[in-house]
Amino acid sequence: MSSTFDTVANIIAETCDIPRDTITSESHAIDDLGIDSLDFLDIAFAIDKAFGIKLPLEQWTQEVNDGKATTEQYFVLKNLCARIDELVAAKTA
Amino acid sequence: MRPEVFKMVDRVVAIDPGLETIQCEGLVPQESSIFEGHFPGHPIMPGVLLIEAMAQTTGWLILARNRFEKMPFLATVKEAKLRTFVVPGQMLDLHSRILHEGSGFVVAQTKALIEGKPVCNAELVFRVLPWPEGRMKDVVLKVAERVEFPVAGFVDA
Repeated sequence: MSSTFDTVANIIAETCDIPRDTITSESHAIDDLGIDSLDFLDIAFAIDKAFGIKLPLEQWTQEVNDGKATTEQYFVLKNLCARIDELVAAKTA
Repeated sequence: MRPEVFKMVDRVVAIDPGLETIQCEGLVPQESSIFEGHFPGHPIMPGVLLIEAMAQTTGWLILARNRFEKMPFLATVKEAKLRTFVVPGQMLDLHSRILHEGSGFVVAQTKALIEGKPVCNAELVFRVLPWPEGRMKDVVLKVAERVEFPVAGFVDA
């Protein structure tokens, strides 16, 4: 069974045509990989489907806009994967 | 239908109780200023307006799902196929089905038929955003009444 990171990295590689070997757990989806908000909708769609969750993008965006969170907390891939794991755990709890 | 002013849907025919699908219809008019250029002496509905018709159909379904709390804006058109010419006088039978509702976006599969035969289809992605400042929500609600959208069932008093 592949890890959350592998699944997410594969989704990003396929969705955004980014070489898989350039995507690391430290990559920032926006700053390092150059993914824009429109492409991130496709990624969110694929992540939602793959994990059976609903990434709370509106909440995250609001928190970043309000200065209550940084983009690193949600868009560095290791952090994104941690959020996904939390959402999956909450769903199955 | 008045394509020259983007009135692509004449009537909401049905919305399923689960809010997963919608059916609308729009009659391609015999005359419209868009046919002056597309094309002179050979009027054909522009493919982009067929996509707009499918998008507006989907838009009514998204508005039903969120009870007019937010407005859908077309963001992505995927795998659009324009299968045959659509000409004045033909009735578009428009269908849309929700594939996924995420946080702030919706993905839908949509198609248009004429006399039961598919003429176009696409997968559409919408951003779903708070209403802009100004009259937009009031205007959309007025259009909803014109297209026989069951407003009373979906808009809180």
